[in-house]
Amino acid sequence: MAPINGSKPLVLLFFVELCVSLFSTAGAISPAYGDGYTIYGRVKIPQGLGVKGFALPGKISNVKILLNGGQNITFLRPDGYFSFHNVPAGTHLIEVAAAGHFFSPVRVDVSARNPGKVQAALTENRKGLSELVLEPLHEEQYYEIREPFSIMSVVKSPMGLMVGFMLVFVFLMPKLVENMDPEEMRRAQEEMRNQGVPSLASLLPGAGRS
Amino acid sequence: MATAVRLLVLFLLFLSSPNPILSLYEDQVGLMDWHQQYIGKVRHAVFHTQKTGRKRVVVYTEENVLASLDLRHGEIFWRRVLGTNDAIDGIDIALGKYVITLSSGGSILRAWNLPNGQMVWESSLQGPKHSKALLSVEKGSKSKKYNIVIVLSRGCLHAVSSIDGEVLWKKDFDAQSLEIQQVIQLPGSDFLYVVGFSGSSLFEVYQINAKNGEMLKHEIASFSGDFSGELSLVSSEMLVALDATGSSLITISFHSEQISFQQAYISHLVEGFSGPAMMLPSPVTGIFAVKINTVTVFIEVTDKGKLEVLDKTEQPTVISDALSFSETQQAFALVQHEGNKIHFIVKLADNWGSNLLKETIELDQQRGLVHKVFIHNYIRTDRSHGFRALVVMEDHSLLLLQQGAVVWSREDGLASIVDVTTSELPVYKEGALVAKVEHNLFEWLKGHWLKLKGTLMLASPEDVAAIQRIRLKSSEKSKMTRDHNGFRKFLIVLTRGGKLFALHTGDGQIVWSVLLHSLRYSDRCQHPMGVNLYQWQVPHHRAMDENPSVLIVGRCGQRSDAQGVISFVDTYTGRELRSFGLVHSIAQVIPLPFTDSTEQCLHLIIDADKHAHLYPKTPEAVGIFQSELSKVYWYSVEADNGIIRGYGLKSGCVGKEAGEDCFDTRELWSVVFPSESEKIIATVTRKPNEVVHTQAKVVADQDVMYKYLSKNLLFVATVAPKASGEIGSATLEESWLIVYLIDTVTGRILHRMSHHGSHGPVHAVFSENWVVYHYFNLRAHRYEMSVIEIYDQSRAENKDVWKLVLGKHNLTLPISLYSRAEAMTKSQSYFITHSVKTMAVTLTAKGITSKQLLIGTIGDQVLALDKRFLDPRRTVNPSQAEREEGIIPLTDTLPIIPQSYITHALKVEGLREIVIVPAKLESTTLVFAHGVDLFFTRLAPSKTYDSLTEDFSYALLLLTIVALVAAIFVTWVLSERKDLQEKWR
Repeated sequence: MAPINGSKPLVLLFFVELCVSLFSTAGAISPAYGDGYTIYGRVKIPQGLGVKGFALPGKISNVKILLNGGQNITFLRPDGYFSFHNVPAGTHLIEVAAAGHFFSPVRVDVSARNPGKVQAALTENRKGLSELVLEPLHEEQYYEIREPFSIMSVVKSPMGLMVGFMLVFVFLMPKLVENMDPEEMRRAQEEMRNQGVPSLASLLPGAGRS
Repeated sequence: MATAVRLLVLFLLFLSSPNPILSLYEDQVGLMDWHQQYIGKVRHAVFHTQKTGRKRVVVYTEENVLASLDLRHGEIFWRRVLGTNDAIDGIDIALGKYVITLSSGGSILRAWNLPNGQMVWESSLQGPKHSKALLSVEKGSKSKKYNIVIVLSRGCLHAVSSIDGEVLWKKDFDAQSLEIQQVIQLPGSDFLYVVGFSGSSLFEVYQINAKNGEMLKHEIASFSGDFSGELSLVSSEMLVALDATGSSLITISFHSEQISFQQAYISHLVEGFSGPAMMLPSPVTGIFAVKINTVTVFIEVTDKGKLEVLDKTEQPTVISDALSFSETQQAFALVQHEGNKIHFIVKLADNWGSNLLKETIELDQQRGLVHKVFIHNYIRTDRSHGFRALVVMEDHSLLLLQQGAVVWSREDGLASIVDVTTSELPVYKEGALVAKVEHNLFEWLKGHWLKLKGTLMLASPEDVAAIQRIRLKSSEKSKMTRDHNGFRKFLIVLTRGGKLFALHTGDGQIVWSVLLHSLRYSDRCQHPMGVNLYQWQVPHHRAMDENPSVLIVGRCGQRSDAQGVISFVDTYTGRELRSFGLVHSIAQVIPLPFTDSTEQCLHLIIDADKHAHLYPKTPEAVGIFQSELSKVYWYSVEADNGIIRGYGLKSGCVGKEAGEDCFDTRELWSVVFPSESEKIIATVTRKPNEVVHTQAKVVADQDVMYKYLSKNLLFVATVAPKASGEIGSATLEESWLIVYLIDTVTGRILHRMSHHGSHGPVHAVFSENWVVYHYFNLRAHRYEMSVIEIYDQSRAENKDVWKLVLGKHNLTLPISLYSRAEAMTKSQSYFITHSVKTMAVTLTAKGITSKQLLIGTIGDQVLALDKRFLDPRRTVNPSQAEREEGIIPLTDTLPIIPQSYITHALKVEGLREIVIVPAKLESTTLVFAHGVDLFFTRLAPSKTYDSLTEDFSYALLLLTIVALVAAIFVTWVLSERKDLQEKWR
């Protein structure tokens, strides 16, 4: 967050990288006719970076810019510029509602003493903006992505577990039983009989004789 | 070995444990949710048809929606929802490609690209004062240079270039008292006439050059009487005004050197005239209409300014604007009601006697009267002119009439829902209406086989499409009978147009709709409005043969002391059972937890004089209520005065001849907030139908905390008076937020907390023993959410087992609110990125499932946020025991996970409210969000632990079972063989 270069313009990048001191000034305001000032700004939505095309990249016709939680609502021009008119001096909040993109709200200070000055800062990460250029912090993916077919997904499903468990019993159990000490084996069988646990064999027809 | 197996199973279970985030795959959209788009009641429409391309109509509505509709089917091409205080004043099409809108009382002019709704330019128009806002687009001349939009805004006349929104010239009218009524632009001339009244009897005309705004002429004339302010242009040089008493018409000719007046008494023109007249906008040159009570009179103005009555009709009549459909001809349309039919009549401007077109159309009675009509012409294949009309009805619906039929209709009343309740569907009976027949076993198997292929990723694209079709069309969800899980219900919605709709939760179809008779305009009830809906009769065991019904409460006017109206509607059939205007007003309705022998719920209606009236008005209900009278308390919040009062009831009304069903109230307590430092901006209570499963909460160190569960808690938020407005209206020092928890029976303040430097608006939800509220923190300049949990300390010592064994506990003591409560609260605050429009909390049938907060964000999306994120016991480094309990490490900001937007990629434009209804299935809750759009979905905050998911593959289960059985036999044969070999050895 150390000041690097206060006047360098923002480049079209995913993150506002060249941003600097907490509150840098920008000439985005002009005194107007009546009782307020005008805030000019711009929204940049990275083109072509939208990978999963559920929200068309660059589709800005339904992007809304909201001042102070919906007090004023405006829309973007084709070039991404927007303006709020008749804004009184003070500290304001600008939010961008654009489907598929996450924008940080922006704190905007409109100075009464020094008309023509606006200070803007992202509230999410407290980064100052040298110009009121708003860019999404990241894209929003509203859907889970179906994972491509993998053998693991079948194994992990309840049915897969059942099959796997059975395979373990069919192929591993005899091995385990073989490796067992005959004495211990007899004792285990005794135990089982006492407990009356129905063994796999006793469930099968014709196997109950043993 | 057994432990090894157990470990293996545990490991496998761990692998298969579900993702903790509630989320949706893209192909699951539309399975359990539906989304409907509306626009609201149309205020004005402009047609746009080019020789080629799509035919469209651009409309703006009372919901501040600007929309472009397909003229063939009524679908929305595009739609822009403007801010709530940015009402549109005028609309027109310029250059054939831009839609120009004037909004915010004439101060914002915008141009929108007609094909896609992209805003092209925006200009802010300023002026010294408020005035009528008018918009007119230069149409007459064909030359390309002439692309001027003339706007009257805030007392100034502006000429704006329609290409880029640049203000070309501006004319300020100095006269402060001038009320400009009309800007008249004559086709083919460069002059503008601005006419208006100055004071009550001065008439002024300005002639202005449209090219540069130069004032050419200014004339003032004084009239002997007073003007009412209504003005109608009847010809290029003549205006008709109404005088202040509404009894005479004044013709004003303003082109000649001298302004001249001619007065004509309406009583001379119309026989039997009584009462003041009202001007209707003039349809065409030479004709204007006056409305006298219910009679509409058409009057023609001859060249010499003489008035002649052309026609008068008693039928409700609506007149369209004039339409020039060829070089020389002008037409206008009339729509007249006659019984349940309407006559659509198109007349030529210069020929009143004959009709160019007369069509009779039968309309649904539930649409009410025609409110507005807009006509448009088209050229038929035989080169003659045809006319179509866009009609706005009383119930806010929009119809397109053409060739004697309704081509399409839109139920746009649903864009302005006032209140929502739900109703159960009928139980399945033989012969009961069932939407679709069950499909047979083969189809069922085929469907599951396809699903299996889908799961194994073997499906071809056609198969995938087929699977999607089967899933979306599932007849199961749109059946008209009650289901086991309680997913299928009727959503009963009351709209601002006074219409009641029943929507099916399965697919959002309108099952029935009824225009409530009691909420229609009448002489006794001039401005009826629906206020609330309550469940009136919910039969479940004693009166199964009765149909459920709802109570609709309305009043005749905005003020709370206006006369009340109530109505009852059967929710199965949509029939209005009965309705009546009440003798008293309705200030508050309290549903009581008692029912009578026919399962009608008792309701207490409090009027403006603080008398309580019991409904239903039966001796039985009074008897039930009398026995409970001493236990009924209620409170009122007077937000303007900053007072909360609590009341009790006593029987009999003093000084009234009202019957036994009227009760007097006595004030028990009041909480007065200092008006100079606190202003009530939000109050919230628990939902009356909320069920709490456990009274105690076991915390990490085997400790027990008892929740303070009282149905009578009220959360109140007050802010500094300066900070009650929008953000930016108060500085850090002069804003604070104070929250209270008040017991509404005793008036005791259980908890008070202040947040300095915080700002409204406050949105809050109250559930179980906690409150979550959202506000703005000026210091950090971010939104914040806080949680307060309240625990009962008086029962805290009960956790000693020995006390329980020896019976020395106080669990059996009756809980009384009058006993001193020892409440203990915990709270914590977090930042949240978004502004909030509305908040709700999930509600389930038994209250076992964990809770989620549903946050309606400023971007019109609904975000589900787990309550665990708002747990005041979160710490930065939770201990191992706390982690096991599910406590999330503390972060300063609440996470926004895009996958947990329950509206996924959709938007509920103009979101106003989120309604939560529990399903019968414990894990699931039904969510209905409404605004201009409607959105419905099912939500399982802790996953559907009590049922299989939609995409559960039965085929895979069958296959596995078959494989297992086969394996059993194979191994059996193998083991037999091995046995035999053993024996031979």
